[in-house]
Amino acid sequence: MDDPRSTLSGIPLSPVYGEGPLPGEYPYTRGVHTDMYRSRLWTMRMFAGFGTATDTNGRFRELLRSGSTGLSTAFDMPTLMGRDSDHPWSLGEVGRAGVAVDTVEDMADLFADIDLGGVSTSMTINGPAAILLAMYVVVAEQGGVDRGQLAGTLQNDILKEYQAQKEYIFPPRPSVRLVTDVIRFTAAEMPRWNPVSVSGYHIREAGSTAVQELAFTLANGFAYVEAAVAAGLHVDDFAPRLSFFFNSHVDFFEEIGKFRAARRIWARWLRERYGAVDERSLKLRFHTQTAGVSLTAQQPETNIARVALQALAGVLGGTQSLHTDSHDEALALPSEEAARTALRTQQVIAHETGVTGVADPLGGSSYVEWMTDEVERRAEEVFAHLDEIGGGSILEGVHEGIQSGWFMGEIAESAYRFEREVNAGERIVVGVNAFIEGNGSSGAELLRVGQEAEDDQLARLAAVRLGRDSEAVAASLGRVIADATDTGVNLMPSLVRAVEARATVGEIVEALEGVFGTYVETAVV
Amino acid sequence: MVGTDLPIRVVLAKLGFDGHDRGLKVVARMLRDAGMEVVYLGLRQTTDSIVAAVEQEDADVVGISMHNAGHLTLGPMIVAALDEVGLDVPVVIGGIVPDADLSELEAAGVAAVLGPGASVEEVVSTVRSAVGRNGIT
Repeated sequence: MDDPRSTLSGIPLSPVYGEGPLPGEYPYTRGVHTDMYRSRLWTMRMFAGFGTATDTNGRFRELLRSGSTGLSTAFDMPTLMGRDSDHPWSLGEVGRAGVAVDTVEDMADLFADIDLGGVSTSMTINGPAAILLAMYVVVAEQGGVDRGQLAGTLQNDILKEYQAQKEYIFPPRPSVRLVTDVIRFTAAEMPRWNPVSVSGYHIREAGSTAVQELAFTLANGFAYVEAAVAAGLHVDDFAPRLSFFFNSHVDFFEEIGKFRAARRIWARWLRERYGAVDERSLKLRFHTQTAGVSLTAQQPETNIARVALQALAGVLGGTQSLHTDSHDEALALPSEEAARTALRTQQVIAHETGVTGVADPLGGSSYVEWMTDEVERRAEEVFAHLDEIGGGSILEGVHEGIQSGWFMGEIAESAYRFEREVNAGERIVVGVNAFIEGNGSSGAELLRVGQEAEDDQLARLAAVRLGRDSEAVAASLGRVIADATDTGVNLMPSLVRAVEARATVGEIVEALEGVFGTYVETAVV
Repeated sequence: MVGTDLPIRVVLAKLGFDGHDRGLKVVARMLRDAGMEVVYLGLRQTTDSIVAAVEQEDADVVGISMHNAGHLTLGPMIVAALDEVGLDVPVVIGGIVPDADLSELEAAGVAAVLGPGASVEEVVSTVRSAVGRNGIT
């Protein structure tokens, strides 16, 4: 029976145990809501995307039928990099690791027969995020849903791209301007939209430790706060809509300590350093994804256990939404069956284990409280360093750390240290350096995205290019360039117009590159 | 003929858009620690830039890291590009490559594939034996 208010044996439960500050009370170490999952479960949001928009639309509808409560879009590499499917570099990459979106027509297919007024959608996109948001708005409004009703999240966290994920297009400063343009636009017109999902996930996947993930991510969050305030907003105008995205890795209690410390640090910094008074500005809400990098290609079924434990850490850490990785992800994009098992893992945690009955059930544990304090203390050392190199500005400190390669060096060092430890047998990875009996080819059916998706998408893009009014496209791109040149203007309205005119992602990006330039990183090993 | 006491020179690169460089950076340090000379080109390389680097650096072996499921297209492309300019330099691919694709890559002339979880010893010996096939130890 699904009753979180008593145990399996019928022992009645209070919503919370222990002394204050309780969940829902500043500094929110124990959670952002009083009742946590008793009143509302986390959103089970499964990341999906492959092939053409029509292919992914089918997966979205299957996930909604299976009980998913939000959508999360994975775009392919060309889209993430702001290039069209017919760009020379896109060869072999179209639709392979996500869905291909070149024009607003693809976006319309992606969300066909899904009620955009009734679902919340997350879009994992950064360099060209503003363009994809413009497309989503245009598709919704053409379908009769006003932009003000749209709920969802745009990742739009460009700083971590330079530090870790490397899907940047323009240099950091104009990129941060694009981020603040989106923040200003959604603050004014899309009250249910999260304009930035400040993401530690990719920093962790690139090899950082838990402390580095936490510290770099929150520092990036502070940087966006400083940038948006500098662009003329009051912190309470947008901070309630900033959200976060963390990794949940295998070190169970360290992860829980990280999530709890994240809330406490954010609340204190927003109140004390940035002068936020709205309680919602102080509450750090976050999405969690289990650690893709912890999954093994060896004995992939073992990954189901890893994912369950990592998901449980996210839940015990008070996450607001969760993606559980599929056990076949070290081999390929998730198959439909593996994705379903991953979703079922969340449902077991939510409905069978009873962990949702009490808010912050680990609060007060000597070890958990110590770990929370220790992770916080170590993160504060990083903020002090960035504040110093930024001359009293975290935004400037982050820019300096990117430019000097400091973030990349720190992450690469941690990644190398971990590999050395595994190689020396100091760390056990089950199925990799221990317990290897049974390794060998798994019989599992892997998802294969073939050449057809690329061919279909190329044909589709050619058709859109042929069928549009090319003068209107050129005029709309001219407007984008003019607005990009003037830093006082918000680019979003001209991006919406360009998208409506059927300008492609690649065309808009190239127009912006003409003004902003293109970023090339210095290789650091 | 190259002398046997010269260190192996390796060109390491990521091709195209794929930005997953964690593995390649770790491999770069593994090979360097094993005494090889590593020319780390980093991200967003093209077949042309890789071929040029192999020529300029007089490299013995090329390592390409792929996490974007594009290996069946891009792997053979690099091999062909090196062939075309007469460079007999083995290509090793690392990253996410399903077992089912191994024979196709081998047939296309890819010297070896290193999967996730490969140990330092496997990485180093795979690179050494790829080079060894060309008469250099």
